[in-house]
Order: sequence, then structure tokens, then C-alpha cells
Amino acid sequence: MTWSIIDTWIVVIGALCAAGCAIPGTVLVLRRMSLMGDAISHTVLPGIAVAFLITGNRDPMAMLIGSVVVGLLTAFLVQTIQSLGKVEAGASMGIVFTVLFAFGLILMRQAVDHVDIDPDCVLYGSIELAWFDQNPEGYGIPRGAIVNGVMLLANLIVMGLFYKEFKITSFDPALAKSQGIQPSFLHYLLMTMTATTAVAAFETVGSILVVAMFIVPPATAYLFTNRYGSMFVLALCFAVISAFLGHLSAITIPTWFGFSGTSTAGAMAVATGVLFAFAWLASPSQGMIAKLWHRFSVKMLVLREDILGVLWRVEERGKNTLLPKQLAEAVGSSSVLVRVALVGLQKRNAVTKRVASWSLTEVGRTRAAKLIRSHRLWEVYLDTHFPQDSHQLHESAERLEHITTPEMRSMLGDAREDPHGSNVPEDE
Amino acid sequence: MPSIEEILDVLFLEEYNTRVVVLGVMALGTAAGLVGTFLLLRKRALTADALSHATLPGIAIAFMVMVAFGSDGKSLLGLLIGAFVFGCIGVFGILGIRQTTKLKDDAAIGIVLSVLFGLGLCLLRIATELPSGSAAGLNGFIFGKAASMVASDAMTMGGVALGVALVTMLLCKEWTLLCFDDKFGSVQGWPILSLDAVLMAMVAIVTVIALQSVGLVLAVAMLIIPAASARYWTTKITTMLFASAAIGCLSGWLGAVVSALVPRMPTGPIIVLICGFWFVISFVFGPNDGLLVRQVTRIRLNKRIAMQHILRAMWEVCELDSSFAFELEEVTRVRSWNKRTVLRLLRSCERKKFATHLPSGKWLLTESGVAESSRVVRNHRLWEMYLITYADIAPTHVDRDADMIEHVLGKDLVAKLESLLDARTLPKSPHKIEATI
Repeated sequence: MTWSIIDTWIVVIGALCAAGCAIPGTVLVLRRMSLMGDAISHTVLPGIAVAFLITGNRDPMAMLIGSVVVGLLTAFLVQTIQSLGKVEAGASMGIVFTVLFAFGLILMRQAVDHVDIDPDCVLYGSIELAWFDQNPEGYGIPRGAIVNGVMLLANLIVMGLFYKEFKITSFDPALAKSQGIQPSFLHYLLMTMTATTAVAAFETVGSILVVAMFIVPPATAYLFTNRYGSMFVLALCFAVISAFLGHLSAITIPTWFGFSGTSTAGAMAVATGVLFAFAWLASPSQGMIAKLWHRFSVKMLVLREDILGVLWRVEERGKNTLLPKQLAEAVGSSSVLVRVALVGLQKRNAVTKRVASWSLTEVGRTRAAKLIRSHRLWEVYLDTHFPQDSHQLHESAERLEHITTPEMRSMLGDAREDPHGSNVPEDE
Repeated sequence: MPSIEEILDVLFLEEYNTRVVVLGVMALGTAAGLVGTFLLLRKRALTADALSHATLPGIAIAFMVMVAFGSDGKSLLGLLIGAFVFGCIGVFGILGIRQTTKLKDDAAIGIVLSVLFGLGLCLLRIATELPSGSAAGLNGFIFGKAASMVASDAMTMGGVALGVALVTMLLCKEWTLLCFDDKFGSVQGWPILSLDAVLMAMVAIVTVIALQSVGLVLAVAMLIIPAASARYWTTKITTMLFASAAIGCLSGWLGAVVSALVPRMPTGPIIVLICGFWFVISFVFGPNDGLLVRQVTRIRLNKRIAMQHILRAMWEVCELDSSFAFELEEVTRVRSWNKRTVLRLLRSCERKKFATHLPSGKWLLTESGVAESSRVVRNHRLWEMYLITYADIAPTHVDRDADMIEHVLGKDLVAKLESLLDARTLPKSPHKIEATI
């Protein structure tokens, strides 16, 4: 792999574009309007086509105006069809953007003689060639970097100005309205931002990457935080990282299999997805690993307490040691898990091992007594207030004993005997 | 401009090439219209969009695998199987994200759509570098390339359309249950999950066969637009299915014909545009929730309400001085209307023979006018008394409330009020009737 100034600029342009998209994208994701980003970035095409047909050249200003107008038209039509026509939001979007996109494709094909742009370019963009597109007075900065940089700056300014208003309308539109903030004004401001950003970005990176950048980095950030402000910061970070990772993998990974490289725009979109998958797995609060680990640790906690209970009951009947296999049978769990739980209990000085069988220590006995007390008091309580057969009584108490705090235990009364006739151990 | 003969040739499928395209696209439109109806009712329109975008990596991978096994990678069936597999992966991805994170449907769809499409673009670029085989045709799946269709493709489309129609017919009742009340269905013991899976599989199949002619960006339009249009014409699901299939089929036919006649007219987009045209027509003129019908109903209702208001105003004025003749100004004073409105309303009363304009300049309630206005006033006062007696509302506050309800009181309700309030005649107004000025 050889890294050149061109690659650096590709990453810079990609990062600027991605960061610019992440700002409206965050609000879109929070408002559950992500797909408006998708719809509007599709309708950039007819906007550009109409601008071409009217002006007859590639004037960037006309392109921008054309696309923003069509973008706003999209937002308006989606809303109109949804409310007047009683069509569900998704379907309304699907109708509007496909029809407008089809219209754009036809215009482009019809005007192919006058216009040197093809639909493929709208999808892929030309970020690989962006470095060569420089203005003479541009101090060696490619045009794409300037356009996307200005867009990012503009988005930052608008978001800075309306930060509080966007926050309040995203979470509680009714409150916003009562405070004198117009939700519809902010809606169309957001749509304008989305459309402008989509136009600025599409030429260099293509409309698909725009969709990915609108939605995926903010969604990734959403898995890490519950705070509005930090979601923006994280979304910007993920956007920049995926631009870098995307280009890096576009020029390296295919070479491992003997190919020369692949589409940078596509790879950046995939990189956002990879980051999302990473967040899905490893986010400390909401990742799958954290969730599964939490589930597992609760399961182990319950298992440890069950083992203490079994050992205590065995002592009650005069025996005082059990083999792991017998324990596993008694608590209804696999013997591997029981061994893990026993090691955990040993660390806490609750059990000791003699040869191969286990018994309670003084510490363990105290803890077990509390558990059994909870268990039997619950049985008494349930039997009084929710009469059920004795087996069910045991099952219910079995579940409740693990979540009983000392306060709850003191409120369960001080019966001396449970409904099955066993003694309730004393509280210390 | 094509000549009449050319147009007729194409319309009636005289030419072999257009015949293949037209028949294939018509079959596709029919199948999409049928499945799309349920897709729309299940509120999964954009899931289908994600599904169609997700097929791209499948196409690229299928191509690569076929090339690796020594073929030229042109087998349509192979490519479509790859597309189908990835379409299903996309749907599972969406469901997975929705089930395991706090993200909602929209974000899940957006993530799957853009990331898998990005992956598809990367793989396509790589596929073009493969030494054997030609990947050039693969791009055609993005925007569609109906012209490349051959007779066997059209046969496949026809077969699939027939299969889909058959499955729809068999599962019509079950899918209806799924769309309208899936929870009730699962309580009743229907295999809701499998029914849902079969529906999405049908959607995937239709999407996949749509790739070749309309392309993956626009495939979703074929599924939802005919169905959404059909909904404006009927409230019955069977009629909606027929209408949707007919609109899909017709759009396919017209689209293919136009694209054959007009130079440089891509088939997929023109079909979608024609679908859009049907949608606009249905949206405006459809009898069920159409824009026009709803406007007309609203205007009619407003007219009826205004008429009842003037009738009541006239009665109240006449009641004050116990003669059926009154001045226009008196009526103006009872309600906050301006003179012109009152005059317009009085004229329409005159047309309905409820009132006559006397030569003296005064107005007179006619016999039918007295009957009609006393009925309206009676409804109003009955409701007022009901509110006072049963809802404990102060007599000074009941006028406004009764104003809204009086127009919708039916015969049964009035009879019930009569017996409830024990009022056989016209009750007196519970509050003072005064000029609003």
C-alpha cells in the first residue's frame, strides 16, 4: 500500500462530508425520521436535472437551489400525502421519492446530449478523483474539501443557534409549542439542512454514502449515550473514523486477494456499518456483550445463593457435605456452572472444600440463614395472602428470596415455622 | 413522433422484442400489485426498499461464485438466487436491530439499506476486475434494463406472477388477519410468524424479479404505489387486490409501450412515473378518502350546519315578538354574522321555501319553515336540557355545547332524549336569548 497526498485529501473530504451529514442526521435519527434523509438524498437527482435543463450548465449555485427546492418539495409532499391522503409515513415517503427519482432519471436520459452527468455518478460520486478538481486560486485545496467544509461549518452554526429548540422539539413537540417554538419551522429548517447537505455531499461521495452518513454514525452514537449533546460529539467522531477506515480498507483489503482496490464511497458506507456492528456488540451500556454478561452474572448470583441454600438445608438434616454433582442435581444446573459458582463462593469465604465435597463456613452459614429466613417468611406470607398449593409456594419463594432486602425481610413478620412445618432461622 | 402504425404495432404487441418486454413487465406489475397490497397494509413499505437495496451484494457475490466455478457469471437464475438470499439477510438485519437495540424501524431500515448497498458497490467494483466473465451487465440491476429481457425472462416473470397470485389467493384470509390484527390472530392460534415470513418471502421474490426491469432503486415503487392507489377506490380487501393488480399491470403495459415508442426512455422509471400518475388520480378522485370527495362532503356538511343555524336564528327571533315576520337586522343581531352572510342564507331559505321575502321588506317564516326550524330548535333545547339535567352544566354555558351536537342528532337519539327528559312539546329555552351586540 502506498499512501499519498491524494489519499489524505480523500480521507479529509470524506471526513468533512461525513461530519457535515452527522449533524442533521443526529436530529433525524432522534426524531425517527431517518428515512427522510434517504428520501431527500434520492430527490437530489431530479433537482439537479431540473437545474441543468433550466440553466443549461453545471452552475453549482443553480444545482444547489434546484435540489434544495425539490428536497423541500419532497418533505412537503410526504407530509401532505400522509395527512391528507391517510397513507402511513413510510409508504408516503416511498411513493414520493420513487416517483421523483424516476422523473429525475428520465430527465437525465432525455437531456443526455446537453448534460455530461450520468445517474451512476450520482450513486457512486467521484471521491477518488476529487483531488484533481481544484480551483486555480484554491491554494491546492480541492473543491470538494471546500464545499463540504463550508457545509459542515454552516450546519454547526445552524445547530449552535437552534440547539435548544431542536432538543425540545425532538423530545416533546407539545411542550415546544407551548413555549412558543414552532415545530413546523424547525421541521422545514431541518429538511433544508438535510437537502443542502445532501447536495453538497453527493457530488463528491454519491448519494448512497450520504444516506449512510446521515443515519449510521448517529445511530451508532445512540447506542453509546443517552445524552443529546454527547450524541452529536460521538456521531461526529464515528463519522470521521469511518471516513478514514473506509478509505484505508478500500485500498488495502482488496489487495490481499489480488484486486487493485474498490469504491471508496462504498467502503466508507461499509465502515459506518462495521462501527455500528462494533457498537452493537461492545457498547458498555447497550451492547450485546454487556447485556449477555449482565444476564450471566445475575444467573451466577442466583446459582451461588441456591448452593448456599442447599448446603444449609443439608446441614439442617444432619449431613454437612455434598459433592458438586449432588449440588448440581439439587439446584438443577450443569455441574460446570456449579463448579464455577463454588469457586466464587470459596473466594468469598462462604464454603470450604474437603477432599471432593463442599460444606459451609461460618460466613456462608450466616448468609445462608438469611436466605432461608427470607424464603420461609415469604412462604408464610404467600400462604396467608395468596393461598396456593405447597409446591407452587416453594417455587414463588425460590424466586423472591434472591431479591429480598433486609428491610423487606423485616416487614415479612416473624413467624417461627413455615407452612411446610420447617423452622424459620433466627435473624441476627 | 412515432406514426399511428408504430403506436398500434407496439400497443398490440406485433413486434417480438416489445412483446417480450411488455408481457414480462405486465406480469411483474400484477404480482407486485397483489403482494404490495399486503405489504402496504402491514406497514412495511420501506422494509421492501431496504430489501431491494440489500440484494446488490448478493448479486455481486453470486456473480463471483459463478465465475469462480468457471461459468461466465451470466446465469440470471444464479444472480437472482444471490439477490434473494441477501434480500432475506437484509430483512433479518432490520428485525434484529429493532429487537435488540433501542433504535426504531426507520433507523434500522436506513442502516441496512445504506450499508448493504455500499457493500454491494464495493463488491461490484471488485467483480469488474475478475479475469474471466463480464461484470458490465451487473450495473443494469441498479436502474433496471428492461431492453435486455429475453423470452425466457418474460416466461420466468409470468411463472412467478402466477405463483404469487396463487399464494395470495390461498393465504388471502390469513394475510388479511395478519395485517389488521396480528395479536388477535396469534391468540386464535394462527402461525402469525410463519405467515409473516411467507409474506416477506413473496415480497423478496417479487423484488428480485423486478430488479432486471425496473432496478433495485425503484423496485419498491412497483410494490407500494399500485396498492396505495387502489386503497382510494375501495374498503374491501378483495376489491383492493384486484384494483392494485390491475393498476400494476396497466402501468407496466403503458410504461413498456411508451419506452418502446419514445427514444431514450428508460422502462423502469417511466413505469414508476405512470404508477405515480395513477396515484395522483386516485388521491384526488378516489371515492374512499379521496381529496375531492372529502372536500365535497365537508362543504355539504358546512352548508347544512349554516342552514340549521339560520333556521334556529329565525325561530328565536320570531319567538321573542311572537310573530312569524321579522327584519333581517334582528337575525343579524342574534348571531355574530354580518349582513351579507345573513342575506345569503335567507336567500337559500327562500329557495327551499322555508321563508319568503315580503313586499314590505320584512321576512316571513313559511309553514314548512316553521316546521323545520321548530324541529332544529327543539333538538338544540333538548340537548341543552340534557346537559343541564345529566351533565350538571350551568344553563348559561350549554348554548355553545348544544350548538355543536344539534346537527348530528338523529331520530333515535331525539326520541331517547324526549323520553329521558319527558318533553313532548317544544321546551322553552333554558337561558336568555339575547342579541350578541
